[in-house]
Amino acid sequence: MATLHTVNKSPFANQSLLSCLNHVKDGDSVLMIEDGVYGGLAGSGLSDAVAAKAGSVQVFVLQEDLEARGIDAGRLIDGVTAVGYDGFVNLVAETDRTQAWL
Amino acid sequence: MSAYSVNGQTVEHDEEGYITNLSDWSKDLAEVIAKEENIDMTEEHWAVVNFLREYYDEYQIAPAVRVLIKAIKKSMGPEVGNNKYMYELFPYGPAKQACKIAGLPKPTGCV
Amino acid sequence: MSDVKKFLYVNRKAPYGTIYALESLEVVLIGAAFEQDVSLAFLDDGVFQLTKGQKTDGIGVKNFSPTFRALGDYEVTKLYVEKESLEERGLTEDDLQEIMYEDEDDDWEEKPSIRIVSRAEMADVMADQDVVLSF
Repeated sequence: MATLHTVNKSPFANQSLLSCLNHVKDGDSVLMIEDGVYGGLAGSGLSDAVAAKAGSVQVFVLQEDLEARGIDAGRLIDGVTAVGYDGFVNLVAETDRTQAWL
Repeated sequence: MSAYSVNGQTVEHDEEGYITNLSDWSKDLAEVIAKEENIDMTEEHWAVVNFLREYYDEYQIAPAVRVLIKAIKKSMGPEVGNNKYMYELFPYGPAKQACKIAGLPKPTGCV
Repeated sequence: MSDVKKFLYVNRKAPYGTIYALESLEVVLIGAAFEQDVSLAFLDDGVFQLTKGQKTDGIGVKNFSPTFRALGDYEVTKLYVEKESLEERGLTEDDLQEIMYEDEDDDWEEKPSIRIVSRAEMADVMADQDVVLSF
């Protein structure tokens, strides 16, 4: 009974990513989309918080949103994976529910 | 028509007949709106209209019809608080028609 | 009644700065007609929606906080409020308005709709739903 959590806001603008990470269950997936993809950057003040969860939950960023913002996949936190729209669709299909963190 | 006329005053309403400014309401206006709706206001009609106004005053919403009927049943008894009787009083829908007469906005969820 | 689903409305925004809170409440009221198993969650700034003493005359918008007290009439009787979110904002349960419902199955006894839960319990509530709607 896993949940897909989507986060679409920059974690430097509001608490949505942190609140999401505080409520995920082991085995859930987190997908960062739109400005949410900034949460996937290595070396930021929030990288440790994301990396700490990346073991028990799967963390993804949407490739197209990364590209649009000029972020190379090599800049991502270890354990954070880029997926395309097809991957997004698969995540929705594989999980029992989707919860948006706005 | 985009306004009711009551005691020489005009009171604006929207295209469905709900008054625009809730503070424009008066008992005389209610009678005027009821006439437009082909309703002859009886004591029972007034009981429902008054109930709606009190509900709105307390909760800031006009209740959905099933909520209205349930609440009327509880406060005024099952003779009044049932679907059939309420639709006899307000044939086009108690929440919709009675709300209009009570000077309230259209109930949330009513299309 | 086997097609009854568990719906959770998640409220994470303060009431008047954006339209989220009012929109959420309207969707809850409309959705109540579908007779599903509805719960509301209040966390992060969403807990500010339930504070007592709201008075909006001065800012020219409708004060919809009294409408939460009507939810019981719509058979929406589970309002989960996250304890940590309250504490982070210097609030306690006493800062929230009282919201009661009448329990049809218990001789119409009045019971509180607000349930204060820990962050971990809130995560459990979220994971227990069929549908989660976020505002």
